[in-house]
Amino acid sequence: MKSEIIWMIIGMGLVTYIPRMLPFLLFKGKELPPFVQGVLKNVPYATLGALIFPAIIFIQKDDLWYGVLGACTAFLASYLGANVIFVVLSSITVLTVYSYFM
Amino acid sequence: MADLVMEKDSSQFKKGLQSGISIGIGYFPIALTFGLLAKTSGLSLTETVLMSMIVFAGASQYISLSLIAYGTGVFEIILTTFIVNIRHFLMSATLNEKSDDDPLINKIIYAFGITDETFSVAATKDGPITTGFMLGLNFVAYSSWVVFSGVGHLIGASLPQTLQESMGVALYAMFIGLLVPSMKVSMKVVFLAVLGAVFNSILTINEIMAQGWAIVTATLLSSIIIEIAEVLKKRYRGVDDEE
Repeated sequence: MKSEIIWMIIGMGLVTYIPRMLPFLLFKGKELPPFVQGVLKNVPYATLGALIFPAIIFIQKDDLWYGVLGACTAFLASYLGANVIFVVLSSITVLTVYSYFM
Repeated sequence: MADLVMEKDSSQFKKGLQSGISIGIGYFPIALTFGLLAKTSGLSLTETVLMSMIVFAGASQYISLSLIAYGTGVFEIILTTFIVNIRHFLMSATLNEKSDDDPLINKIIYAFGITDETFSVAATKDGPITTGFMLGLNFVAYSSWVVFSGVGHLIGASLPQTLQESMGVALYAMFIGLLVPSMKVSMKVVFLAVLGAVFNSILTINEIMAQGWAIVTATLLSSIIIEIAEVLKKRYRGVDDEE
């Protein structure tokens, strides 16, 4: 093991862990202003939108329909009330079948 | 009483495990590829597994490999990691609001496992976030990530091309599966997600900023705009009611 790599890993670990942990320490037992609380309640849905798009379209850079098909399958399965695992498995299945025939 | 608490913790832990299954599936191909790439970048098996164990953040681990290949210095790699992962601050602040009254030390421990994926599952679940739930969720995600990083390095090959590509959709499909049920019952959620998606697309496709910052910026813009709209709407209605 090269010690330079080990130090790099430890450094990467620290700068990753600190932002993950700090809010719990900083905002412990503190009542944030109502507007900030409101914004934080919105964060999960805004983040999900940003995590999905545009990345899902570019899963296959040569064939954008691939990502579109995956996205539509997941939306449809989820809209019909399927649970998350089923949504994941159905998207994988549809795309496997699609690439088999393409 | 103690028994009751233990029972609650273990059922929460089980719930966390179950909720983590999609993440476990989704991490599988990505971790496998990471292990393979780490090997080709010259990292040893121990170094590869150690990085997954200590850093536990996919995107930044991938980036560090390409930086190692470029011969970038250690300090720059750490700085880049920081920038890519700063978005977790926002996620932890959000989870902190939703977290149960557990001791601070518990939260500081489970904070280690907060990723885009565990955050999404925890933030969209019903009810407060408990230590048991977070530990169960993190356990599945972490095991999958660490174990398959090692497996990828050991076998030195990834999945068959077709399966590798189709499994690449897993995490996005999971995000959709977490989002849609809330979209069905709330127009506000629809607006939040669409705005977040639009802002992030504009920022990344035009390469205005790096991926890590783009997600944070898009999320904040969308969350703040919708919150302002909500406050204004309430104020407007309030005036109406008084008339």
